[in-house]
Parts: sequence; structure tokens; C-alpha cells
Amino acid sequence: MNRTELYALAQSELDRQQKFRCRLLCCASTPCISSGGLAVQEALKKAIETDGLQAEVEAVATGCMGPCSRGPLVTVKMEGKEDVIYENVTPEIAEKIVDKHVRKLSAPELEGRALPSDWPFFVKQKKIVLADSGTIDPEKLDSYIARGGYTALIHALREMSPEEVCEEIVRSGIRGRGGAGYPTGLKWHMVRKAPGERKFVVANGDEGDPGAYMDRTLMESDPHRVLEGMAIAGYAVGADQGYIYVRGEYPLAAKRLERAIKAAERKGMLGMRVMESNFNFRIDIRMGAGAFVCGEETALMASIMGRRGQPVPRPPYPANKGLWGFPTLINNVETFGNIAAIIGQGADWYASHGTEKSKGAKIFALAGKVVNTGLIEVPIGITLREIVYDIGGGIPGGRPFKAAQTGGPSGGCIPAEYLDTPIDYETLQKLGSIMGSGGLIVMDDQSCMPDVAKFFMEFCMDESCGKCSPCRAGTVQMHRMLDKITKGLATMDDLARLEELCLMVKETSLCGLGQTAPNPIYSTLRYFRDEYEAHIKEHHCPAGVCQMAAKP
Amino acid sequence: MPTTGTKKKGVQEGHPSGDPRYKGIDRVLKKQHYQQDALIEVLTSAQEAFGYLPEEVLIYIARQLKLPFSWVYGVATFYHFFSLKPQGEHTCIVCLGTACYVGKANEIVDALQDEFHIEAGQTTPDGKLTLTTTRCLGCCGLAPVVVLGEQVLGKETPESTVAKVKARLAGAQVEAAVAAEAMSGAREETAAT
Repeated sequence: MNRTELYALAQSELDRQQKFRCRLLCCASTPCISSGGLAVQEALKKAIETDGLQAEVEAVATGCMGPCSRGPLVTVKMEGKEDVIYENVTPEIAEKIVDKHVRKLSAPELEGRALPSDWPFFVKQKKIVLADSGTIDPEKLDSYIARGGYTALIHALREMSPEEVCEEIVRSGIRGRGGAGYPTGLKWHMVRKAPGERKFVVANGDEGDPGAYMDRTLMESDPHRVLEGMAIAGYAVGADQGYIYVRGEYPLAAKRLERAIKAAERKGMLGMRVMESNFNFRIDIRMGAGAFVCGEETALMASIMGRRGQPVPRPPYPANKGLWGFPTLINNVETFGNIAAIIGQGADWYASHGTEKSKGAKIFALAGKVVNTGLIEVPIGITLREIVYDIGGGIPGGRPFKAAQTGGPSGGCIPAEYLDTPIDYETLQKLGSIMGSGGLIVMDDQSCMPDVAKFFMEFCMDESCGKCSPCRAGTVQMHRMLDKITKGLATMDDLARLEELCLMVKETSLCGLGQTAPNPIYSTLRYFRDEYEAHIKEHHCPAGVCQMAAKP
Repeated sequence: MPTTGTKKKGVQEGHPSGDPRYKGIDRVLKKQHYQQDALIEVLTSAQEAFGYLPEEVLIYIARQLKLPFSWVYGVATFYHFFSLKPQGEHTCIVCLGTACYVGKANEIVDALQDEFHIEAGQTTPDGKLTLTTTRCLGCCGLAPVVVLGEQVLGKETPESTVAKVKARLAGAQVEAAVAAEAMSGAREETAAT
């Protein structure tokens, strides 16, 4: 496929879409399917067929639209009119939607089900990676091409040298979206310069943080965007093989990626002689099998090679010695999702979003005690208050905000007094938390912080791979101490010992999982020490969560 | 470089027992060109065919890929997805991700444990039900989430889950409409409080 053919394909798909006077987009990502999205889609299709309107009206399965707790969602797109999004659609309501918009009948049942277009949930977002999610059919390549897909790849292959591509990524200021925030461009340069017969590109889609599902949604809703980003990366660093490591819990994402790869290979966007250039690039999928530690890059590589997913010490870094000893570029799926936008619209455009040190936008999975839960993409530097109260719509029942947990088991809590600080990599680190992969869980006054710390410690204890002792034994010990505290059986000595142990585990563990395992304890101790002391000294749980054991 | 366990002539194709379930494994082995790196894919397909990983299957895979049995066993026990014990007829998975935890999913686990007298990770003695927990299914908007068989149930309470599991064990499929109704009900409740 060359550029002319690509444009022709885009135009023909756009023409096809314009033929329809009404297009009904039905979300088909996991949360909406779980709440009955497929039945809604069937109902829409059936209603169109009964009326014999297949030539005028189209029902399309799309990716995620955002407000997942209100699913299944249906968007009505009509020529010359503003889009209308309906929430909590059932097959009966779907019928009514067809009544109102296609058959032009009155449908009073739809009152109050349409989401307002000036809803802060949508207005406050800045969609870069998720720009097409919810509009395109993730299983159709043409649908992505019609939105300008694969033009960035062709631009990079035709007009830029690999060095220039890396330089463009450096200039955009994008930082790794997996959590640590390492500058992506520098990593690309490193792999490009590393000597090696072969090189590999790996997309890390092993999203293990509980409460985070950005990567899954991206892979499900816009798989070609990830593939395009990987292909550009492959060209930039000189790799001919890419792997996407998909978490085992995400079969739908793997299925859609597989289809996307096949479709792209058929059209010559992947495989041999990509876009009629001299660049060859294949992508294969590797499925995880349920191990949190495989999100760590060295463990992830071990898992790709079919071994136990245990980390190894770095250096050597994967950029020099990765898969089978060859230089390997590992980036998060979301990072790859940004690449096409950077190359397509320019580094300067990208750098105009975000803060001075953290550019672009970040996807967060907003969940917990908040009215609107779902997936949001916001410019970096937005305040937590805007996320929780404007986008999230506040806490249900008007309860007070207590803390927001970011970064999963490696992260920490942000208490109410920091609601107005801008969210970026540096600020979060100063507050004792991390950006992480983007899970953001809101907690109200009914959450007990020592219990939250215990929850995360239990997670780390279960997921510790067992290779190094500080993590293997330390997490068990820390969990035991927290258990004692939440049962009201601990003494202040125990608390002091817990802090000592935290430091030891942090300083001596082999990989990121162990080094960051004490973070939830650190951050809850920092802001909610009084709660720990209430458990110990007063034998009382201020949030009323913990069951106190009888005093010994 | 991906390492390939080249097939020698004379090595018997397929399992001598002729069990049709081995055919699926053979197909994946062939598709992956007997590459040792494909061990996880092969184990996944074996688990799909058998429901769990019996020892003789692990031995078979080890032979076919020319890997030490200890290696295969090590990988099979490392990953949570692989089970060396038979699973119950029905599975109930309770999500214990952060959002579900904040939504009190642990109370659901407690209720199920009390009701069926098994711990999470165990199967009832009659082999009917396996209760497991998982770390985040990524349906945080529906928290707390329970997966019963193939069905994802959102906004669950301890009572509703126990009732649905009992209904499932009694042989009745939980109607999707019922689940949707319960969900919208739960939503109204949260809005009202």
C-alpha cells in the first residue's frame, strides 16, 4: 500500500459512512458488554432490519466511550446534528432510540437518559490517545484509516530517517506511561544506538495494577493505533519483530489485536515491505498467564521467552541486552498509543499540552467512591479536584473525600489537603505517590487507611515472585504486622518495627515490585498516622471498618 | 534467538493413548513449530482442553518441547492461570481489585465461604463449585464484580451473589435481564444514599 492508495481507502470509507443518514454507535468494550451491551447491539440491528433501513441507518460496534458505570452506552450520529449519547441502554430502550431518531416517533422513555453535551465529564478531557475510541469500529481497519490512521507511519517511513523519528519523540517531551516516567525518546535513542544483529520492540500490556484498565481499553477500542505506534518504533530503532504482551485476563483485547494484525498484514501495513518501503516488521501477541510481576520489564521478557516470570537485576538494561540477548525496546501500550499522534501532528503540537516537565495527556481509570466512574484522558497538570469533583461528579451521597489512591500497590494516597495540586510525575512523587499506570481510586470517609495498606500488602505478598528474600519474606512480615494493627493487637513498638522493615524492603529488594511494596504503608503513615495510632492506642477503628479482636 | 526443539524422525506423533484432547495440544505445538519459547501458549491450550493440567499432560508437553519436566512444572506452578488440580463444574470468581475492595468485595467472599464451607481457591467436595478470587478484571465501573461461569455480574452484594450462585448450582441460568435489573436497582440505591 502506498500513500495514494491509503488516501483513496480513507476517502471511500468516509463516503460509505456519509451514505447513512443516521449511525448508531454501540460501545462494545468489556465493561459495556458486561452490562448487556451485546443485547443492545442486537436489538439495534434487528430494529433496522425490520424496517428495511440497512441502506440508510447503520449500527456499529465501537470501543469505549468513557463513562463505564453508565453503560451500555449508545451514541447517535446524525448528519448536521450534534451527537447524542444515551446511558444505561437496554434492548427496550434501544428500540426507543430507533423510534426517536430513525422513525421520528416520540419516545418519552428517553427523557433523562441522554448525557448532556456540555457535561464536565467530557468537556474537561483532552483526548489524544483515546481520540478515536468510541467512534471507530475496532475490528475494521478501514474505520481507523478513515480517521487518518497509518498516515503517521507512512510519513515516518517516507520523509524521516530513524534518527529524526527518535529526535521528534524526544522533542515531544513524552514520558513513559507505564509508571516510572522515563523519557521515551531517550530510550528509543538508546536502543537505536545499541549494537545488535536483531532488535525487538515490546509493548507492555500486562496491566496488573488492580483498578487500572487503560491499556485494555486502548487495545480493545483502537488496536491499530498501538500497532502503528509499534511499527514507527520498529522503524526508529531498527527492529523487525514486535511483541505485544497482553495480560491473560484480557482475552477480548488479544482477539481484537490479533484481527487487527491480520488485517494490517493483508493490506501491507505490517509484515514484509511495510507500505512498499524496505522496512519489514512483524508483530506477534504473547498472552500472560496471571502474574503481576510480569509487568516488570525483565520479568516480562522472561515470560515472552516462555519462562517463569522472574526479574533479573539491571544492568544490563533491556535496551542493550533484552530478548534472547538482543537490544529490546519496551514501552507501555499507552506510550505506543501516543506515537502516531506525535509523528502525525508534530512534536510541538504535542508539547503544547501538559506541564513544563510532563507533556501530553494521561489516561486515568477513575473508580471507587465517585459518581461517574470510567476512563478519562486529561491533560497532565489538571488538579485532583477537577478530576474528582468535575469529571467524577463528586462522591455519592455528598460524603467527604478522604483520599485518592494512585499507582496501585506501588503507589500511595493523596489526602484531601492536596486536592488542588496539579497531577504530574514530579508532584505525585513529592506527595509520596506515583503516577503509575493510571488507576485512580477515590475513597470516602468509610475507608480505613491501615486496612487499605493491608489490602495492598496482601496483594504484594501474593504476587511476590519469591526470588529475593526481602520481598518474599518482608511482604509476609509486613502483612502480618498490618493484620495485627487492624485487629487492635499491635503496640507502638510494632509500628516502629514496621517502619524499619519498610525501609529494609525498599532498599534491598531486587525489582520494582519489592522496592515499591512499602509505598502504600509509607504514604498512609505519612498522612493518616493518627488512624494507625487510634487502632493501637485506643483499640478503635475511626472508619468503623476493622473488627477489633478482644484485648489479650 | 527463538530456540526450536527440532523434531527428530521416529519420535511418535501424538499421544499414545489417542485421547482426542491431546490433538488440540498437538495442533498448537505444530503451529508454534515446537518452539520452547511457546511453552506458556501450549500450557494454556492444554488447560483449555483438560480444564486443568494433569501430570501426564505436563510430561507429554515436556517431551514434545524437549524441555526438562522440572522446567515445565516450574512454569506451570508460577502462573496463577494454571491449575494442577481439577476445577469444579461451576466457577465463581470474585474480583478483589481496588475498586471492588472499596466496594466491599471481601464481604462477598466471606458470604460465599460461609455459605459453601470452602475457602477461596478451593472446590466443594462434590466438585460442583470452585471459588476463586482475582486481581482486577478491569470492570471497575461495575464494582464489585463477580464472574459466574462465563457471565460477568456487576454491582453485586453478598446476598445477591449467594442467591445467584445457588441458582446456578441448581441448574438455572441467571437471566441477563435479571442481572441488568439488579444493577439498575443497585445504582438507584447508591444514588439515594
